[in-house]
Amino acid sequence: MSSNKKVLGLVFSNMHDNTITDLTKERTMGSVLFGGRYRLIDFPLSNMVNSGINEVGVITKSNYQSLLDHLGSGREWDLASKNGGLHLLPPFSHVSSGMYRGRLEALYGVWDFIKTSAADYVVLSDCDVAANIDFSAIVDAHIESGADITTVYANDVLTAEQAQRATVFGINDDGRVVDVLVNPHLSGACNVSLNMFVLSKDFLKNIVLEAASKGLVSFEKDILQARTHDYKIMAYRFDGYYSRICSMDTFYKANMNLLETSNREKLFLTNRPIYTKVRDNPPAKYAIGANVKNSLIGDGCIIEGTVENCVLFRGVKVGKGAVIKNSILMQGTVVGSKCEISCVVSDKNVKINDNRMLTGSENYPLYLGKGAVI
Amino acid sequence: MYTKKECVAMLLAGGQGSRLYALTQDMAKPAVPYGGKYRIIDFPLSNCVNSGIDTVGVLTQYQPLVLHDYIGNGQPWDLDKMNGGVHALPPFQTALGAQWYKGTANAIYQNISFVDRYDPEYVVILSGDHIYKMDYNDMLQHHKDKKADATIAVLDVPLEEASRFGIMITNDEGDIVDFEEKPKNPRSTLASMGIYIFTWSKLKQYLIENENNPEEDKDFGKAIIPNMMNAGEKLVAYAFDGYWKDVGTLDSLWEANMDLLNPNIPIDLYDPEWKMYSRNPIMPPQYIGANAVVENSMITDGCVVEGTVDFSVIFEGVKIEEGATVTDSIIMPGSVIKSGAVVEYAIVGENCVVGSGAQIGARPETFDNRDDWGIAVVGHNINISENAKVLPKQIVSENM
Repeated sequence: MSSNKKVLGLVFSNMHDNTITDLTKERTMGSVLFGGRYRLIDFPLSNMVNSGINEVGVITKSNYQSLLDHLGSGREWDLASKNGGLHLLPPFSHVSSGMYRGRLEALYGVWDFIKTSAADYVVLSDCDVAANIDFSAIVDAHIESGADITTVYANDVLTAEQAQRATVFGINDDGRVVDVLVNPHLSGACNVSLNMFVLSKDFLKNIVLEAASKGLVSFEKDILQARTHDYKIMAYRFDGYYSRICSMDTFYKANMNLLETSNREKLFLTNRPIYTKVRDNPPAKYAIGANVKNSLIGDGCIIEGTVENCVLFRGVKVGKGAVIKNSILMQGTVVGSKCEISCVVSDKNVKINDNRMLTGSENYPLYLGKGAVI
Repeated sequence: MYTKKECVAMLLAGGQGSRLYALTQDMAKPAVPYGGKYRIIDFPLSNCVNSGIDTVGVLTQYQPLVLHDYIGNGQPWDLDKMNGGVHALPPFQTALGAQWYKGTANAIYQNISFVDRYDPEYVVILSGDHIYKMDYNDMLQHHKDKKADATIAVLDVPLEEASRFGIMITNDEGDIVDFEEKPKNPRSTLASMGIYIFTWSKLKQYLIENENNPEEDKDFGKAIIPNMMNAGEKLVAYAFDGYWKDVGTLDSLWEANMDLLNPNIPIDLYDPEWKMYSRNPIMPPQYIGANAVVENSMITDGCVVEGTVDFSVIFEGVKIEEGATVTDSIIMPGSVIKSGAVVEYAIVGENCVVGSGAQIGARPETFDNRDDWGIAVVGHNINISENAKVLPKQIVSENM
């Protein structure tokens, strides 16, 4: 970071859980599986670490067992550190905290943690966006502009469904946010929030403590929207590759888009790697008769059948004569021999017995719940 | 303060592995990549951890940089311990001067004080040259049951191969009564696997005597074992019947990799009960392209395969371009095989670039005289230019 300022990262692992309830039934948004070996929280965490942020708090609410299991001590992100490091912040961790309803309440609940940090600035991020973002450039832009809050957005074309699950900004020529629409009814090109914000710790303190005294809960509605003209809210445009996940449909497409090599090259940069939990899987094994085309394959897979246009997470088994197309099979899925599967999203440890036929459609993939036996 | 350990492992990893030629030019043999995402040393280290041995000294000497980096603090093997864990033990300087390790026995002798810190009853001596999965605890139990002073793991080998090994001659009880190094006419087919368990107090005594006798080789096979036998100590054989392979030559390294692709050969890396640990690459999943053909192979994270891969082991981060063909070969981490290149019966080292249209190796059936044929080898960090040809048996250690 050119400015040599200390920055604290705060990740909200549960925001947007309700947009993709199938996948978040037993986990947080942050622990949703993505891209053959990752969890969504790997992206904000890796981005923070790669931007020189070595103190990160992860705010959780419910269903966080899988998240704790994934993060462990934070070692895989180089966050198992005596100075800073990874801090898990569940609700009820302080006397004054409880089950929160929005970002502001959540921040108030962990205020004792934030207070003790020596950071000058705070980066807030949700877990709904997979991207490779340099936060240090955003912090620098924040300092240079003298903003109270800097928001990160992308200019993109949204469907009506996507817009209703997004926050959209109106931005003037100076890059200042002049309008904030939360879950708007619109579609087409707009400035969509990536749910990442930079503010100084002092400013954050003011709004969090004020919100607590007034019973305000929502950062977007009670701060960004209600105080658009009182505060200097600047918008930082992110032009890189990103996927914002707000439904099963967008989840499916975000995974499928990784089959495009140019997209992977923008997301997985060698100088800013995306870290994740190590599982010590052996290499993937392709048997005689395996036929794999245009697919991402995790380590530890054993493939004896045909796999086309698929994302296979670590440790998936595909039996002899099985044909799998346009599907996402999460960790530990076992597909029996001679199955025919198309447009399926299988959660962890699903077992599909021999000779089964399962078909979804590309805009409505067939979801198989965690541990299901078909 | 160190707490007592029942058993400490000492892993001999200082050898040059000169018969691996270009592959060990810059790294010790135990650091040589194997099996798609491992290095040879992962096998004894993982075996230790899976056997409940959490204190391991790794004796290094030849080109230790890559090996030391790889072992690090031992975290990938769960060997980053407050008490115990993995320790790299290169030769060091003392008040009496500095010395290299003069042999396997001398390497342990120079580290007696390391072992003594943990005050163990037993020491298991391992080498970093072999691929196998073994529960050292079972062997230790055998050592205890037999009230042995030394236990040597042995493998029953075919008679025609016995003359390549150290051969143990045992009585009906399994006690070792004689020992022959690479005999012309073997009297037994029990080959030493280079895995020993000693009662530490006994071993220490023989190490000190060996050191004080300037006439003797400072070696387990040549001095310590014969000395113990001659003195009437109880030496027993521990029969092992699993997969075990010495990967000391280019041919055996190639074969040991190919064994992983043969479902009839019992080396299973996918057994959740006996996981093999390694330092994992931080790379996205492998991508198999729309026109790729991949069969009968092992491929690792970070690879991009657009060409044809058959009967091969491909390490992390390798790129195989469209129109390239890799068969019956091993491609080590980070190498690129350009479009139109053909790699057959070859080992390509780490971070190489094989140019378009280049030909590495050839199939054995294209040779009338099989003696003229052999595995082609490209060392680490080598560029092979477009349309260049590397012949079977050729070992490339400079750009061409």
